[in-house]
Formats: sequence, structure tokens, C-alpha cells
Amino acid sequence: MELLIFYPLAAFTVLLALGVVFNNSPIGSAVSLIAMMLGLSGIFIVLHAHFLAVLQIIIYAGAIMVLFMFVIMLLNLKGDDKAWKIRERNLYLSIMTGVMVLLALYKMIDKVLDTTFGEGADVPDTFGTTVAVGTSLFTEYVLPFEIASILLLAAMVGAVVLAKTKVD
Amino acid sequence: MEPITAPIIDFTSLAPVLVLSVFAMMVLLVDLFIGRNKSVLVFISLVGLLCAAVSAFAKGTEIPVSSFNGAYIVDRLSIFFTMIFCMSSALAILLAVEYNKREGIRVGEYYSLILFCTVGMIVLASATDLIMIFLGIEIVSICLYVLAGIRRTDPKSNEAALKYFLLGAFATGFLLYGMTLLYGTTGSVKLATIAQLLNSGEVLAQPLMLLGVVLLVIGFGFKVAAVPFHMWAPDVYQGAPTPVTAFMAVGPKAAAFAAFYRLFAEGIPELAPTWQMTLSIVAVFSMFFGNLGAIMQTNIKRLLAFSSVSHVGYILIAVIAKDTLGSASLMFYMLSYAFMIFGIFGIIIILGRKGHENLELEHYSGLGFKHPLLALCMTMFMLSLGGMPPLAGFVAKFYIFQAALNEGFLWLVIIAVLNSAISFYYYLKVIVFMYMKEPIGEFKISLTPITLFVVAVGIIGTLELGIFPGPIIFLAQY
Amino acid sequence: MLEQYLGVAILMAISCAIAIGMVTATTLLGPKRSFPDKDEPFECGESQIVSPYQRFSVKFYLVAVLFILFDIEAVFLFPWAVLYQRLGWFGLIEMIVFLLILGVGLMYVWVRGGLDWE
Repeated sequence: MELLIFYPLAAFTVLLALGVVFNNSPIGSAVSLIAMMLGLSGIFIVLHAHFLAVLQIIIYAGAIMVLFMFVIMLLNLKGDDKAWKIRERNLYLSIMTGVMVLLALYKMIDKVLDTTFGEGADVPDTFGTTVAVGTSLFTEYVLPFEIASILLLAAMVGAVVLAKTKVD
Repeated sequence: MEPITAPIIDFTSLAPVLVLSVFAMMVLLVDLFIGRNKSVLVFISLVGLLCAAVSAFAKGTEIPVSSFNGAYIVDRLSIFFTMIFCMSSALAILLAVEYNKREGIRVGEYYSLILFCTVGMIVLASATDLIMIFLGIEIVSICLYVLAGIRRTDPKSNEAALKYFLLGAFATGFLLYGMTLLYGTTGSVKLATIAQLLNSGEVLAQPLMLLGVVLLVIGFGFKVAAVPFHMWAPDVYQGAPTPVTAFMAVGPKAAAFAAFYRLFAEGIPELAPTWQMTLSIVAVFSMFFGNLGAIMQTNIKRLLAFSSVSHVGYILIAVIAKDTLGSASLMFYMLSYAFMIFGIFGIIIILGRKGHENLELEHYSGLGFKHPLLALCMTMFMLSLGGMPPLAGFVAKFYIFQAALNEGFLWLVIIAVLNSAISFYYYLKVIVFMYMKEPIGEFKISLTPITLFVVAVGIIGTLELGIFPGPIIFLAQY
Repeated sequence: MLEQYLGVAILMAISCAIAIGMVTATTLLGPKRSFPDKDEPFECGESQIVSPYQRFSVKFYLVAVLFILFDIEAVFLFPWAVLYQRLGWFGLIEMIVFLLILGVGLMYVWVRGGLDWE
């Protein structure tokens, strides 16, 4: 039953991810990205991570996409975005790198196919609920939680230093 | 609704982080209410760094102590590195005092960002948990992106910030993916648990784990600028304001190496045969490409960037050697490297003046006749970087090679020695310029006391560690 | 466990149905008498046909970044709000420390003028 939901969702997400890469206009890419985030959040739900699924929508599909849109508007690519200019020298390098990455991936998949994966652990229904996440956040992971606030503070300072138009 | 029991919070372990965070916020807020004179910020920052350095010993002699469910550790490595961080941040602040005044960088956030960065570095050196390592790396990186671009009107500085940010963010992605795979195959983010599971052979899907390790190598490789992930280093080093470049080359790099060492030598030592091979290749490439790249440079900051890439190669050997001697040699190397780099950048700052930074090698021609003392200092730093006895660089390299030999990496040592020989070519080139070429134009240098003080600290450190390395080696090892 | 989501699924289905239904209903049922003035979206004001590619001011960017940062901060409040009775004093203290650190950030941004438009 879960697989029946998972596969269409995963296919939808991968398709939209491809849409992000192959879309011609940056706005189109961004919109595909939003939809992809929704797909991802669906996958989180299938994986019992409810709280994460909601965060995915609030933070990524909401806040971060707004920022993406602003940056796209700010850069204001007019027409230049229609075709990626590929320099010849870089083309050969890219092809070489691509082939190498493909080989490495092939080797990896080849190896992984031989491994036996254990039966997935049984996850209780309350596994990814807000209560469960909160409990571990405020007890076991209290240090990362407080350190994260320092990170946010540093990011705030950085944003103001770099983007405030008149700093003197 | 049964209550949840409170976690045990070990404040003494956390002391340096707490102290420094408080001081950083203080600097941030004080800056809002003072005028254009930022000297009081310098003072608060230095006091904060001193307090943090002292509070690192809050645990006394009962180390190593693990706290927060094995997420944070106070041990020899973390205390020693905390000392290096506090010192390098203090020197970076001192270097910036006169430089910022000269170049008209009137941004008080400079000081608070350096302090926040130091908080991140201490977290990084003490973290024994993937989440903490990630948070530490992010704090350090975000502060550095901003610091690199803090000279907002200078296109070079903007370029540096943007390049560093894009590549750094990309590298963070790799790092995070690697951590995810490690977590996915072991079910734990604690290094100790991961090591234990690996040891008892309970890890399913080893290939996935290996893929995770490879991604971690890529991520850390970017952060420490090892070949082939070093492309950002020359541009960023060149474009960032000089004190920031010096800071970047020492503190954050040392922090990344501390986490690198901890993750690989303490988290996944069972997989050593695999990652030792990978890292050896990265180390050899770093040494060769760093040195070859440096030979062709005419800009001193770019030259030092490539030279630091080759030094990353040597330091990686310490990570590969991974036993006690490996960590001790890593600490010693980073300390001596800090002295050398801050000394050199101090001289670079002195040689510049407002609007003319004089960064080309030809600007150094004839320095030996006009300012013999400065030239002598520069010569000593250059020789020390190359590894000439009896200077710090020699002892540091010697120590790393010894660690590698103990683990049976003779071939790696031979390559490293060969590379040291190559590196003398460009270090000597600087010296040749200073002593054997006629000066082009007049020297108008800015001999300012605080910057001179930093150079003096560098010289004293380089000589001390070269001639009497005993006490520091003892501290590092026991 | 997926049965729990039945409600969510039904809600989404109904809202989609209403949205699509409205549009179809208006196209099918609505009177279609068109003349040039009516086809204009607005009868006066700015010219309606302009390029959508307007360059935005960098000020928007700062607002967006700050929005994200405070959004992430707010997200941490959810699990605490759900749990605060069970967490007791230490949870409150943890949260106060967290908010104080970000309060410093807010104060910085405020005094520095990061929230001013001009």
C-alpha cells in the first residue's frame, strides 16, 4: 500500500526535478522546484516524518522559494537565459567529467546491488510527529539546537553587512 | 502527560563556546552605539578571545570528557586547537586594525564575525557528532563568505565572496550527503557509536557507506582546499582583504582539519585502508599541483594560496597517519603554520599603502637594501614555509613524516620530501627578488606598530618552535 | 497509518474540485458579451502590457533573507509549543536562551536599519 503511493510520488518528484534542470526560463525552473518540494514532502509523509513534511512546505516551498524568485528578478536575465553558452574547452572537460561520474556511479550501483539490505525497522506511528521530534530536540540534541541559533545570528549579520545599501 | 526529564548540560565543557558567544554578541551590540572609532571593539574582542582561551582549561586535568550524549568532547586535540583558534583570531584582529583604517573598511561587524567564526571553529574541533560538525562548518563558512566580501566597493572582493560562497555551498551539499549516507547505514550520528558498529561488523550496505566516505572526502577537500577541489583558493585569497586571507589560511583551515581528523581517525578507523588510499592520492595531487601552480605566480597572495594548497597536502599526511603521533603532528603543524602565515601577511600589509597594496613580486625587489630587517623576517618565513632547519616549518614537517613512517607510508614521505625541494624554487624566488633586484620606484611602506607586533609574534613563534620545539610537542602529545 | 491521511486527502480533493468547478462553471454558465473596453483588465492607470522582467531592488533580497531566518526560528517554536507542559522549566529556559540569541540578532538588524526600506 505504501509502495503504491511511494512510486507515483517519487516519479512525480524526479520528473519535476528534471523539469528544474531542463526548463528554459529561470521562473519555470523555480516553479518546478516548488512543485518538487511538495512531492518531497509527500515522500516524507510516506516515511512517517510528518513534522519534516510540514517544515518542507513552510521553509522550502514557502520561504526559500520566495528568495529564489527575488534573486531571479534581481538578476533579471533577459533572453540571455535562453541558451547556455558552452565554451569549447569546457565542453570537452564536462564530457570527460560526466563520463567519469557515470563510471563511478555504475561501479557504485554494481556494488550496492550485491549487498543485502536488512528488513527495514518497524517504525512506530508516532515516529516523526512533532512530539517525537520535539522530545529529541530538547533533550538529546539540545546543544545543536542552541548552536543553530548562533548560526542563524551569524547569517543575519552577514545578510545585513552584504545587502544593506548604505553601510557606513 | 508524564514530564520529560531534563538533559544534563555540562557548562564547564562548553565554557569557551559560551564565553566567546557572549563576547561576540557584546561586540555586535556595542558596535551599534559607538561612532566611527572601533578601537573599543578591538579591545572587547581581544579580551573575549583571551577569556575563551583561559576557559578552555576549565575541565582541569580530568580530560578527555565527553558530554551531551557523546556530541561534544574536551580532550587534548580540542584544547590545543582552541588555543590555535584564539591566537589566530586575535592576530587576525590585530592585523586588521591598521589595515582597515588605511583601506577605509569601517565595518564594525568585522570583529563580531571573526568571533562568531571562532565559535564555529571551537565547535568544529570539539564535535564528535555529525550534526555538530555540520553546524560548526556552516558557522565558519558563513562568516568567511561575508568576511571575504566585506570590502563591498571592491569588485575583486565581491568576486572572492561570490566564488567562495557558490563553491562552498556546493561542497556543503556533498558533505551533508556523505553524512546522510553514514547515518543511513549506521543509524547513528555519534562518531563513537559509528566506530563501534563498524568494529563489530554490524553495518549493512557497506558500499553505501563507502560512497558516503567518498562524499565526505570531497566535502572536506573543498573546505581545506585540497586538489582537485582547490580551484577557489587562489581567487578567494587574492580578492579577500589581506587580514581575512591570513585568517582564512590558518584558523578555519585548522578547524576543518581537526574535524577531518576526528571524523576519519575516530569515527571510521575501521575503513582506514580505503580512505587512506583516497586521501593519499588527494595529498599527492595537492602537493604537486600546489607547488607547480605556485611556481607560475607573480602575485604574492596567489603564490601563497597555491603554497597553502601544497601545505594541505603535507597536513593530509598527518590525517592519513591517524594514530597519536598523527594528531600531535597535525596540531604542531597548524600552530607553526599559523605563526608563519600571520608573519608573512603582516609584512605584506606593511608593504602596501592606501590604494596601492603592492602585491606583485616585483614590488618586493630591492627590499633587502631599503628595509633589511623586514626582508630578513620575510626570508625567514619563506625558508620556514619551505622547511629549512632550524625553523618551525622544518620541525613540523619532520614530525609529520615521522608519523607517516610509523604507519608505513614511506612512499608518501618520499614524495613529500621531493615536493619540499620543489617548493624552495618559488620561496627562494621571493628572496631573490628582495636581495638581488634593483628596486622599482620608491618604497612607501606603512610601518605601523600593531602590524609590526604581529610580525614580531610570527618571528618569535617561528624561531621558538624551530629551536625549542620540545615543550609544545610535549603538550601536543601528552 | 496512511488511513490517518484520508481526511487530508478528502480535503485536498474537495478544494481542488471547488477550484476547478468554479472556473468551469463560470466559463460554462457566464454570459459572454465581449467588447474592447470590457476585455481590458483595468480601465485606467498604468499600461497593462509591460515586460514581466522588471529588475527588483536589492532591498527585496534583504527582506527575503531576514524572512527566511526568522521563519526558521519560528519553526523551532512549534515542537516546543506542543511540548511545553511536559518539558517544564528546562524547556522554557532552553527556548528563552534560543530566543535571546535571536533577539540580539533582531535588535542588531533593527538598529542597523535592516528593516527600514530607505
